[in-house]
Formats: sequence, C-alpha cells, structure tokens
Amino acid sequence: MTGKAISPEQGNRKFLAKIEAMDIDVSACFQCGRCSAGCPVTEFFDLTTMEVVRMAAYGMEEVLINSKTIWLCAACETCATRCPNEIDIAVLMDVLRELAIRKGVAPSEPGIELFHRSFLGSIRHWGRAYEVGLIAGYKLRSGDLTSDMKLGWQMFSKRKLKLLPHPIKGKDQIRNIFSGKGKEYER
Amino acid sequence: MKLSYYPGCSLKGTAADYDRSVTAVCTRLGIELEEITDWNCCGASSAHMTNHEVGVRLPMRNLLLSMTSGHDILVPCAACFQRMKAADKSLRDNPDYWDVDCYEPDFEILHISRFLASEQRRARITELVKQPLADLKCACYYGCLSLRNPRITDAPDYEQPKSLERIVEAIGATPLRWSHRTECCSGSLTMARPDIAVKLVSDIVGAAKKAGAEALVTDCPMCQANVESRQMELEGQEPLPVFFATELILAAFEGTYPEKQQKSHLVSAEILAKVMSSAAHNSKEVI
Repeated sequence: MTGKAISPEQGNRKFLAKIEAMDIDVSACFQCGRCSAGCPVTEFFDLTTMEVVRMAAYGMEEVLINSKTIWLCAACETCATRCPNEIDIAVLMDVLRELAIRKGVAPSEPGIELFHRSFLGSIRHWGRAYEVGLIAGYKLRSGDLTSDMKLGWQMFSKRKLKLLPHPIKGKDQIRNIFSGKGKEYER
Repeated sequence: MKLSYYPGCSLKGTAADYDRSVTAVCTRLGIELEEITDWNCCGASSAHMTNHEVGVRLPMRNLLLSMTSGHDILVPCAACFQRMKAADKSLRDNPDYWDVDCYEPDFEILHISRFLASEQRRARITELVKQPLADLKCACYYGCLSLRNPRITDAPDYEQPKSLERIVEAIGATPLRWSHRTECCSGSLTMARPDIAVKLVSDIVGAAKKAGAEALVTDCPMCQANVESRQMELEGQEPLPVFFATELILAAFEGTYPEKQQKSHLVSAEILAKVMSSAAHNSKEVI
C-alpha cells in the first residue's frame, strides 16, 4: 500500500466512467476477499486484488496504473470467477494495463510489459506468433541474455522451436487491426 | 462428422506433437478436421491484457473466416479457446460495435476435452483401445483458460471439472483426486518472471506427487510446456512428465508409445512406455 489516503474525493471521474462503460461494477464489492484468497500470484503483488477493486471504486487511477499488481496479474480469471458479485476483476486489470500504456506510464514490471509487446510485435508482423523471433526480440531488448539458455537449447534440440515463421496471407488485415484506427480510439 | 479446426500458434510450433495427436485421434474417431484457411494468432493473453480492441479483433477475424463453412470449430488450445469464445460473445452481443452487419452463426466453439469426453465419444474411445494404460496414476491438470471465466467459456463445472478424468478412465488409466487441478501455472509470466513460474509449478507438481501421481495430464499447450520446463529448475526432485490427453489416447489406440514421441518431452516420459510394456506383458500371461 502507498501512504496516500484513500478518498473518493480525489476520484478520477473519467476513469470511473471508463470502467462503468466496460460493465465493471466495482461499487458492488463488499470486501469478502475471495478474489485475493484465490489469487495464485498475490504474494508477489504490491496491492492485493481486493485493494485494487476498492481503489478502483474510489477512482484512484494514478496509484493503480503505477502498481506492480496490474503487471504481475497472470489473467487466470480466478478472482472474477469467484467474485460473488460478478465484478469482472480480470477485465479491470486489463483496463488498468491499457491505461498505463496509453498514458505512457513506465511499467513497474518492465520485463512483463516488454514480453507482451514483443509477443504482439511478432503477431503484427507475421499474423501468427513466431516463437524464435519473439524470444530473440525479447532477450535483446530486455538485455537478459543468459536466463533460460539451457531451456532454449533443449527446446531447440527437441525441434520444438521452428526456425522459420509461418506468415499468413492476410497480413494487411492484421496490420489494420493493430493500426489504431478502430472504434475504441475514437473516444 | 466434419469440424472446422483452429490449431493456433502453439500447435504449429512448440506443441507440434499435440497437433499430431489431436488430428490422429480425430481421424481414428471418424472426425474430419478442416483447418480454417489463413487463420491468424488469437492474440493469446498478451493482446487482451494490453489492448482490448486488438484482443477482440484478432480472434474475430478467425470467426468471420469460419462463417462460410458453418461447421462447429474444434480448438485444442485453452487460450485460443477462451479468446475465440470471448470474441464470439462480444460479436453476438453487439455486431454493430465491431463493424459487422450480421453475426448469427450457428456453429459452436468446442474445446477438445469437453468434446472428447461426451458419453458417446468416450464409449467409442474405449472400443478403439488396443492397450489400456494399466492403472497409470494420473493427476489431471486443467489450468485456467478452458474453464475461466465461465461467463466466457460456458464450462459447466468450472471449479470441479470432470472431462479429463473421464477421458483418462476411458483408456484404462486411473485419475486421482487432488488439490491443484484448476490452479494457474503462470504461463503468461513464465518468460519475464521465471521465479514466479517456478514457485507455482513447484506447488502444482508437489500436490500431484503427494496424491501419488505418476504423471500429469493436460489439454493446455502452455501448461504442458511451462510445467515440464520449470520443473527442470527444481533441484533434487524427480520430475513428473506432463502428457496431453490426446497423446495418451493415441498411445492406447496404437498399443505403443513411440520413442520419438517420448523424446518430445523436456523431462523423462519413460513411465508411459513402462506402464504400457508391463500391461502388454501381463495381458499375454493371462492368455
């Protein structure tokens, strides 16, 4: 938790409108704690899942988009599945990540953000995930060249890693999807 | 029976052997698979986690490509299945929003295990078994995405699923009751935070061993790769192999577990070959 006081007074109304538009009813939370109890990565979080929901209800976008939690969330959907009030917490995490990226907030877990970016870069380019290119791109940009070398070699020697990409014919359509000209960018 | 087939990127890369066992099992069951022409990646977790619109539009393209054939779509990968279901719901809910004039397809999106575990198909699987897997003690491991969120997946018993156990029983292996069947292995974090993946995998494998498992059985290509590979970092512990359910079915159909397939595993998968040869030996003795 940060030292900041939690208060609806400082709530960001635009953020509240955004999550309302996504049908994420954070005000339905009665703090039962099932979301945090079931979370497989909670011990690595700086804010628990329940704290994220509560702070979202208060519109505390700043704190949330700067947290490690939004990046460490594995999108396993256990929280949203078990929420007795059907709050779509997993989608809330998606919205927070996207907001962090769009607002240019330096990710608190840069490696994870870089992985997602490398993965999507591979799809944007080829239309399908190209594992060798993705791993190489991620490793070069992260500067982490040494971890998982043994694993990489094993995967390679077992012919699990295909050396060539499988580009699709409709690559133009894929680039269009990524071009940022869709509906959600108009708002 | 004819189905549209969406293999997804993993089955064309790191999990190519999963693709082979899925297609071989379907052929034996008389199911014709027609791969969706020019399909693209569904975006997996990375797309929806960082860009909602891209996360819907990528699988949406595959759905629109499948509209002409009208067959139900078979999806062996849990992540692809979940993303395709999510896009299908968004589109049905509001085609206009996604610039689609009309979206009322009558196809269903089928997840491999629930599809194979239907009563009729299980009976057929049992009939085709040449060599039952002689009580191989299996911890069936579902992971997350074929089940959650049930509002997306329509999984009927998402906290206590049964499809993998039913399949395993149909081929003569023994499914175990254990605790971590639907726990996350953190596949989406495994490259950037291997430390987290090692911790979660260690918990999952530890629970399976405690229940007496000789192997894990899954239907998710990310779980299979992540749970096998991260065990390599657990020192002083005998690793458990992670088999695909279709890999076991195929071995039972063929009565052998080929060396080549065994070698596709990152940890020793010898147990299956052992169980099969001792079962074959025992059945000869009975005759």
